[in-house]
Amino acid sequence: MMGNVTLLEFLSMGREVANHRPWPRYQLDNKGWRALAEQMSVSNWEILAEWGEPAEVHVLLRGEDSGAIAVASHPCPDGSFYALGQFRPAAIRLERAIRDLWGLVPEGLEDQRPWLDHGHWGVTHPLGRPRQYDGGRHVYKFLKAEGDGLHQIPVGPVHAGVIEPGHFRFHCQGETVVRLEERLGYVHKGIAGLMSGKPILDAARIAARVSGDSTVAYSIAFARAVEAALGLEIPPRAHWLRALLAELERVANHLFDIGAVCNDAAFAIMLAHMGALREKLLDSNARLFGHRLLMDRVIPGGVAVTVDDDAIARLLALVASIRKGFKRGVSLYDQTPSLLDRTTGTGIVHSTLAHRFGASGFVGRASSRAVDARKLPGYPPYDDLDFTIPVLADGDVHARVVIRMEEIRISLNLIEQILTRLPDGAVSAPLPMRAGEGVALVESFRGEVALWVRLSEAGKVVRAHPHDPSWFQWPLLEAAIEGNIVADFPLCNKSFNCSYSGHDL
Amino acid sequence: MIPPIAKMLARHLIKGPHTAKDAVTPSERALRELAESLGITAQVKLGRSLAIREIDAGSCNGCELEIHAVNHPVYDLERFGIKFVASPRHADVLLVTGPVSWNMAEALRRTVEATPEPRWVVAMGDCAIDGGCFKGSYAVAGGAAAIVPVDMTIPGCPPTPVDILSGLLALLEAVEG
Ligand code: SF4
Repeated sequence: MMGNVTLLEFLSMGREVANHRPWPRYQLDNKGWRALAEQMSVSNWEILAEWGEPAEVHVLLRGEDSGAIAVASHPCPDGSFYALGQFRPAAIRLERAIRDLWGLVPEGLEDQRPWLDHGHWGVTHPLGRPRQYDGGRHVYKFLKAEGDGLHQIPVGPVHAGVIEPGHFRFHCQGETVVRLEERLGYVHKGIAGLMSGKPILDAARIAARVSGDSTVAYSIAFARAVEAALGLEIPPRAHWLRALLAELERVANHLFDIGAVCNDAAFAIMLAHMGALREKLLDSNARLFGHRLLMDRVIPGGVAVTVDDDAIARLLALVASIRKGFKRGVSLYDQTPSLLDRTTGTGIVHSTLAHRFGASGFVGRASSRAVDARKLPGYPPYDDLDFTIPVLADGDVHARVVIRMEEIRISLNLIEQILTRLPDGAVSAPLPMRAGEGVALVESFRGEVALWVRLSEAGKVVRAHPHDPSWFQWPLLEAAIEGNIVADFPLCNKSFNCSYSGHDL
Repeated sequence: MIPPIAKMLARHLIKGPHTAKDAVTPSERALRELAESLGITAQVKLGRSLAIREIDAGSCNGCELEIHAVNHPVYDLERFGIKFVASPRHADVLLVTGPVSWNMAEALRRTVEATPEPRWVVAMGDCAIDGGCFKGSYAVAGGAAAIVPVDMTIPGCPPTPVDILSGLLALLEAVEG
């Protein structure tokens, strides 16, 4: 066993791949990949994403202490690879998906059930070497829970509310949930396949629609990955405007989430109140930037919007008015014992689990994990801005609400900093035609979005892989609900607000 | 001390509702579309109310965000007698969003079948109309019409709350005659 080797020291035993930016990519042979898998059980390196190609598997890693980031790749011409999920449960679903999409078999993984492939595509391994699917239905075997008086409650994929589709299988004893098992993949759209072969700007539109609520974050991630691959520096003003849009998106989503969590605790006035505040923000987005959700406003090379003095003044006024209304909402939350009674102590995620699954965003931060891509690795303009990352240890619904509240305050403050210090200049740079590979890590309102891309000399996307933070949060929801009552599930679920679309891809 | 909820309620009583002042009119485009797809025979008396069951057949969740927005106090869909219901059994209208992913095709078909007649299917958003930017994927069947008959569309990516309102008002008008 190796001693305290750092991530980069370890990976440098592989072959460095040229033209991969900003962080290196190393190819590991069988031995190297096995050693990496084994390191997973002793190191605190985090898996940030894992994906495939027809004959290669990639994993994006971060050395937790140093913050170093790198991609490890493993060519697997024989169609199988040693599964990291044996040592890191966070990778299990990723590797099941790799098998479904690229046909690479994760060796040693106990759970070999398909994940995204429900048997409806007409082909198997659509992104690897597709083969006509011979028909017949997949019967999905849910894990069993046995005992006296246990019963099952199947829910979904179509839910009662206006939410995305997914299936939840509850095993309950009376009102208490003994086990929840999720089954996802219903909204799998084949996004990685759609992006391949597309011109960069067309692929950017698809990237913006991986998860509509995080459209700005995904657009920034795609743009940053492309710019890294091209070795392109964009004007400072573009960075600042991107951050402005990203923080507006964060505030809008958090406002809605806080309202919706309270609504699921039967406190509807909060949803109405937060909804009205959010509407102010979306309405201003439409007026100033031409799209309520800010889709396609961030583009590879920069941004497609700008702000003049009048817009800055309006945005500053918007921040002030949201802050005022938000404060009222928070004091209502803080002083309503019947509401706090529902959120406090409900749906606890222990910090060890949050760490083990590498959960980012408010789910991680409510359970002691202080990761935030804006700080580590960090990207412009955040290195120039003054902000903190709120962390709590309780891990319950209440903590996830409070983290969001704190993040709204911080984001409003960031927006003011950005507006008052916005540098002048151009807002975009032309894209050169160059081949290369790039990767980016961007903080969405939900957590860390990773995006990897390979470009051809002809200015096309050869392959792209977007990774949603929900991958590492969904499994924790299963743990959070255990021992809670069924009636608290909507509350727990909303406090996570994982993306189905982003996860299912 | 006055509890915050009392303050908030009092403030709203004094300041009046958040509801958007601009009148929303039924969409002309949707009315023309409906005249073609429904004909005159479809008119029934629903007492000027519509119950909608939303079904996400593969959306990016952007369309859902705007559906939530029409339910918020600013657009306040319910003032028109239109409301979202939990079960297709209670619904008159199925509002389909997203391209239909093959993994959702069966669920969409069954949800439509579970809705009693007369029922209307509305494809909301560019994806539900023809697959949008997801068309051509191995995992996508196409727009909603690839799987179920569609009576009306609401274009946009996503359609704005006003688009959604005026589309639904057109439907209300058309089916009420
Ligand atoms: S129409 Fe646009 S917002 Fe709606 S689901 Fe499709 S991509 Fe998302």
